[in-house]
Amino acid sequence: MYAQMIKSEASAEDPEKLAAFQARIDAGEKIEPKDWMPEGYRKTLIRQIGQHAHSEIVGQLPEGNWITRAPTLERKAILLAKVQDEAGHGLYLYCAAETLGVSRDELTEMLLDGRMKYSSIFNYPTLTWADMGAVGWLVDGAAIMNQVPLQRTSFGPYSRAMIRICKEESFHQRQGYDIMMKMARGTDAQRKMAQDALNRFWYPSLMMFGPSDKDSVHSAQSMAWKIKMNTNDELRQKFVDQTVPQAEYLGLTVPDPNLTWNEEKGGYDFSEPDWSEFFEVIKGNGPCNTERLEARNKAWDDGAWVREGLMAHAAKKRAAKLAAE
Amino acid sequence: MSKEWPLWEVFVRSQHGLNHRHVGSLHAPDAEMALKNARDVYTRRNEGLSIWVVEARHITASSPSDKGPLYEPSESKVYRHPTFFDIPDEAGHM
Ligand SMILES: [Fe+2]
Ligand SMILES: [Fe+2]
Repeated sequence: MYAQMIKSEASAEDPEKLAAFQARIDAGEKIEPKDWMPEGYRKTLIRQIGQHAHSEIVGQLPEGNWITRAPTLERKAILLAKVQDEAGHGLYLYCAAETLGVSRDELTEMLLDGRMKYSSIFNYPTLTWADMGAVGWLVDGAAIMNQVPLQRTSFGPYSRAMIRICKEESFHQRQGYDIMMKMARGTDAQRKMAQDALNRFWYPSLMMFGPSDKDSVHSAQSMAWKIKMNTNDELRQKFVDQTVPQAEYLGLTVPDPNLTWNEEKGGYDFSEPDWSEFFEVIKGNGPCNTERLEARNKAWDDGAWVREGLMAHAAKKRAAKLAAE
Repeated sequence: MSKEWPLWEVFVRSQHGLNHRHVGSLHAPDAEMALKNARDVYTRRNEGLSIWVVEARHITASSPSDKGPLYEPSESKVYRHPTFFDIPDEAGHM
């Protein structure tokens, strides 16, 4: 999931208004930007959608790393198209957040100075071409788990952004699995590379769903508001149940000695990821945090003259047009 | 003037002759760039044959608090729906 550990805000508003608002959500109505909403709902959504948008944008970096080194022209074109989709996903989500009264530049600045987060997964490096397979298969796979239910979220613009995104995601996961199939059926060296990619991305992918939130007050509020549709543990379980047979099909081994099928619950038992590692990565101490933020800051700073120049050009053209009228 | 590029709303007409439909928004310095960006962002998979872009500040929207007065009259005029009238089967398809 691209939004982790979102704290929901309490609302100190008129209880009658709050109850009427909750009744609309319970009835399955969509909340639209101009509708009355509790301040906490608005703030929590800005945080959640913003973090999701930032993840799409920062998420381009680990894959962008391999565009120039893709093994064939076709793979290069596919990866380029995939990364371009992610830029679009960021854009849809920023636009949804903007309807809540925050500007794009404000959101960007909060990412760049560290006030807002992005998903922990993008702080891991992509070391070999097989990582492009593992990222598409596992990371986009985990994202899909979270995004499919969010198509039914209560906030109209967020829901519509999710519907668009979900339409594009399945290509992402399938191109990743396709790379894995090729590698897993390739030479010994290729098979090793594929296994190594799975080894490195398995636990970070499980972390994408966030820590267990059974006892979290925040997720109870977010679930009542329908901006969170499932618990983190539910989604993680679903992800493991779906992914293990796919790994078996590839002839690869999930790096978890405790992985066993539990007939009674109809799902796998599996090891939790190392949550202390997760909290370190969230705090900024993952392998690539510094590099990722530096890359985003550099892109923003280097692009300043283009943004300003195009605005000046547009103003000049407008003035010339007015003068001619 | 703000340095931030203005917001544009994007409308796309698909192949099947339907109306232009709102598909999303984007930021662009001017109309020309807004069209180019809309093409890149919203029509990468044959979604449409025609794009409109409108600067968001030019759109006037009804307000949710008007919902009652704006739409109530349509609810009290059931005779606007064909099912209001009972036409005997013998009269044939109508
Ligand atoms: Fe995405
Ligand atoms: Fe994706």
